[in-house]
Amino acid sequence: MNDETLLARVSRFIGTLRHCQHLGIRAVSATENELVVELPYSDAIVGNPETGVIHGGAITTLMDTASGTVVICALPEFELCPTLDLRVDYMRAAEPGHPVYARARAYRVTSNIVFTRCETFQEDPEQTIAHCVGTFMRIGPEATPKAYRDLITGGYDE
Amino acid sequence: MSLSGEMRSALEAGDYQALIQAVPYARTLGMECETFGEEVVFHLPRSDDNLGNPILPAIHGGVIGGFLEMSAMISLMMSQETPRLPRIVDFSLDYLRAGLDRDTFCECHLTRQGNRVANVIVTAWQQSRRKPIATARAHFIMD
Repeated sequence: MNDETLLARVSRFIGTLRHCQHLGIRAVSATENELVVELPYSDAIVGNPETGVIHGGAITTLMDTASGTVVICALPEFELCPTLDLRVDYMRAAEPGHPVYARARAYRVTSNIVFTRCETFQEDPEQTIAHCVGTFMRIGPEATPKAYRDLITGGYDE
Repeated sequence: MSLSGEMRSALEAGDYQALIQAVPYARTLGMECETFGEEVVFHLPRSDDNLGNPILPAIHGGVIGGFLEMSAMISLMMSQETPRLPRIVDFSLDYLRAGLDRDTFCECHLTRQGNRVANVIVTAWQQSRRKPIATARAHFIMD
């Protein structure tokens, strides 16, 4: 699958996640094993009204979305994989007023589990805001209704 | 420490609901809180805007994480003798069951409070407390 097809596919997937639409989360780029997702800054995700710093929970949502969606990039056909666990380390507060990006990779795929890593950053990719490792369970493509799979894949699999 | 006046007065009054209302992200999730004597149960009413998986449908995993993290932080702030603002260091989240499109509840337990670091565990459930949908563990630095 080329990167353009992949980006269209992950964008359609994120587009079906209502809460992501609510926060304005969108895919920026996708390759076979790496996905970048953006969380725009908004008043709705502020944790401390005094400083305008984003709440950790919104960063967790961004990372869960990026990690769960990179699974689509890593698997041969589309299957929904529920999250087993996430471990998030917060390195520094995000700078208010600027978007936050999450770059996720699936670094190991087995028949049962997909292992992911993800880091978030702002302007400088070296200045990590938060880091996250996750595990996702494979329940097989058949566990997802065909109509939904077709919606995401555009009706074909490669 | 930078606490807004609204947060500070909610803390001094011991008013959980006012503290939640002072945090924009908590309002976005639609969080609430119910107190039964000294027992506190955080409540996330069902909401279309919190959904992820449209098939089940289920609450976005990140929303469950945000709800648990917010609850841990609020219960920690309320447990302090003087107003302090905890900063989260790390957060571990185990998803045990799908969080379906219905009301979700959680309760927090302050496992250990040191001079600088606090450890909080959180358990979330929907229909029955005996069937948790997620558990979480968080460390905070106390400024």
